Amino acid sequence: MKLRRSMLFVPGANAASLSTAFLFRPDAVMFDLEDAVSLREKDAARLLVFHTLQQPLYDGIERVVRINPLDTPFGRDDLEASVRGGADTIRLPKTDTPEQVQELEAAVEEIERDCGRAVGSTHLMAAIESASGVVNALAIAQASPRITGIALAGFDYVMDMQTERGDGTELFYARCAVLHAARAARIDAFDVVFSNLDDEEGFLKEVALIKKLGFNGKSLINPRQIELLHNAYAPTQEEVDYAKRVVAAAKKAEKQGLGVIALGGKMIDGPVVDNARRVLDKAAASGLRKE
Amino acid sequence: MASKRNPMAALGEHAEGLEPFAGFNAKAPFITGPKADGDRKIVESVEEAVRRVGLKDGMTISFHHAFREGDKVINLVVETLARMGFKDLTLAPSSLLGANAAIIPHIESGVITKLYTSGLRGKLGEAISNGLMDTPVTFHSHGGRVALIDKGEIKIDVAFLGVSACDPFGNANGTSGRSWCGSLGYAMVDAMHADKVVMLTEEVVPFPNTPASIRQDQVDWVVQVEEVGDPAKISVGAARATTNPRELLIARLCAEVMEHAGYFEDGFSMQTGTGGSSTATSRFLERRMREKGIKAAWALGGQTGGMVDLHQKGLIDTLIDTQSFDAVAARSLAESPKHMEISTHFYANPFSKGAVVDRLDMVILSALEIDLDFNVNVLTGSDGVVRGAVGGHADTAAGANLSIVVGPLLRTRIPTVVESVTTRVTPGETVGVLVTDHGIAVNPNRPDVAERLKAANLPVVPIEDLYRKAIAISGKPEPLHFLDKVVGHVRYRDGSVIDTVRQIAP
Amino acid sequence: MELKQEALAGTLESSDLFIRVSPSEDPLEIAIESEVIHQFGEQIRATVEEVLAHLGVTRGVIVIQDKGALDCTIRARLQAAVMRAAGETKMDWEALK
Repeated sequence: MKLRRSMLFVPGANAASLSTAFLFRPDAVMFDLEDAVSLREKDAARLLVFHTLQQPLYDGIERVVRINPLDTPFGRDDLEASVRGGADTIRLPKTDTPEQVQELEAAVEEIERDCGRAVGSTHLMAAIESASGVVNALAIAQASPRITGIALAGFDYVMDMQTERGDGTELFYARCAVLHAARAARIDAFDVVFSNLDDEEGFLKEVALIKKLGFNGKSLINPRQIELLHNAYAPTQEEVDYAKRVVAAAKKAEKQGLGVIALGGKMIDGPVVDNARRVLDKAAASGLRKE
Repeated sequence: MASKRNPMAALGEHAEGLEPFAGFNAKAPFITGPKADGDRKIVESVEEAVRRVGLKDGMTISFHHAFREGDKVINLVVETLARMGFKDLTLAPSSLLGANAAIIPHIESGVITKLYTSGLRGKLGEAISNGLMDTPVTFHSHGGRVALIDKGEIKIDVAFLGVSACDPFGNANGTSGRSWCGSLGYAMVDAMHADKVVMLTEEVVPFPNTPASIRQDQVDWVVQVEEVGDPAKISVGAARATTNPRELLIARLCAEVMEHAGYFEDGFSMQTGTGGSSTATSRFLERRMREKGIKAAWALGGQTGGMVDLHQKGLIDTLIDTQSFDAVAARSLAESPKHMEISTHFYANPFSKGAVVDRLDMVILSALEIDLDFNVNVLTGSDGVVRGAVGGHADTAAGANLSIVVGPLLRTRIPTVVESVTTRVTPGETVGVLVTDHGIAVNPNRPDVAERLKAANLPVVPIEDLYRKAIAISGKPEPLHFLDKVVGHVRYRDGSVIDTVRQIAP
Repeated sequence: MELKQEALAGTLESSDLFIRVSPSEDPLEIAIESEVIHQFGEQIRATVEEVLAHLGVTRGVIVIQDKGALDCTIRARLQAAVMRAAGETKMDWEALK
């Protein structure tokens, strides 16, 4: 089971970070060519990311590149560098409409054909950063078969909403909308970054909330947050024990040709069994939670 | 009736070789007379002390390095001796640091012609590596130095020991006055063994200065000087705290290794060292100790604020201290009755009647290089230049039940894991586990440990895999070029020669 | 590619490198200063020469201060410096490989 809990931001112009970020074993890295790179370093960052993508360093980690929007002078070259370099996924910032995704998809396909990369092998991810993006979330999520996830980006969104980051109330609707769009489109959903590095307690509180809501994971800006996040997402021993009992009961019922699964005198539905299997897969992939 | 008392005559033939009593102060005139006061050991200047001890060309002088980069004594004394015209001296401090580059001209001019030290850094290390001295430098461990002194190979004629405060008779510690260095673990050895001992002190305090780490019965002369050291510079270089995520990653893995290697039980002992990752390890260890309800009986070594913190929280019962690496450790030494000051003889001399390292469960050590046989180099850099120190590395690795070497797999482009170390300081047979940011390797001679770590789901791989990984990232390093001339030899803690250091090619 | 103006790329941070390229009438002159020169000097020079050859740079002065950068970083920084000096904005991806 490929987990997508953590997506670590790595500034595209920082040579040291590009050559070490894989050490922290995030599920995905996001090489950033957009906001983390100043206008005069866009060219160099693009080349750094292009060459980093071709290194074996990030084997086993999903390599995402956040390009500049296609309507900027940098977007197209960023995309060329990413697709040719071998990025797994392109993250499009400031996605407001499904048309932007389709425009990106067409450009990606053109580059794939040109450089001999299998057509369709580059995945897409849309970052939603505005009120219109949130409203269009479902259409965006369904805009291309290449889309594997959508991410909510909090900073621009709260500005657009004429509010500010606070206890999470300001993100309540956006989180729910983006998450529903993702689930309806059967793709993954990522929550916003938590920027106060020193507030471990606040970070864990937010992680608990988004996990409960159903997000796959979160964008991160500091490697120190990875272990905390992964641990919070790991199933507990108790959850695993219960899941094992559910799966065993399901097997037993199947063997006996029974249509009804029973555990401890209670009837169990199909979705509960599916969920139990997911818990066991997660435990196998991430280990058990350490208290 | 005195005339009747003639013990010599009464003894007859048994009087041979004995002397008759000639008055209470005939043998020790300083007990009375115009200078009968307790200030008789105090001399006006370093020059005067040097004259009084009868230093001669060709003799051996020694120093302690507890002030590390903040030391003001070594350079001052060597400069004074140069001015006084001494030649051909052997310099045998417990170690030298970057700040001691000032002695280079005095080696060039022949004031110092032989050198024993635990390590060298900075310009002095570069100069030595470029062939500054005709006689190779002897590099020793902390315990090995005492062994060489015991054996008589290092015969200290005069020890010059800097302390911030000392009483008129020479009683001194590292926790009085204004410039605390904490433990005087290195200096205690010199005070014990030197023929003559000169104390250099920032202030003379009333008798008795207690506790007396250096005792009056060991001290010949006391000189007041402007400054002996800057404690703020003790933790520059080797010892530092970290917020670097890579070092924290290694520290977390190291704490996991300590937890699962088989020695993490109530009453365990450890030495955590002073590198960035090893100091951070104590933070990660605290949570694990609390979770499992485990306390350490004692912690050894260069002590740091991190260890003191665990001590104050009741998680480490006793701190055993040869060198205090920061002000917090020095303060604790002064205040906690269970913070114990020991000499390097007590700490690590393999031929002492009992070295503490022999009782150690786990030690965390650093490495500039570690090779496929787990041999460790902490002395020479990737360019072959001396830029480190043996320290207690070989001593603790040999004594501890499990030695854990920690370090990044690559420092910028330079691999830490190499085919064969440039300089062998600690033999691989005494190294148990290597913890890097790319995974953990266990010495094949510790299958028990490997099994436990794997059972705990830790990323254990063969050291060859780490080597291949490093080379895949950095490219294969070109071999270093050395000249034939040997500029130093590394003595193992038992005095045997374990390796040499050669002059680097220009 | 012809170097038309002096250009800089990179930083002096650890694991990075700083490059200054300038036009010249004379054949290529490459000066490399590196923290890891003893162990990687030849490899750095080989990478630099290969990148310049791919970009068709035959004249100019290339001055490099390396802080232990990996090969991929050296390639990227040098390509950026050359393109800046040549005033070239179109990426020739085959030459940049």
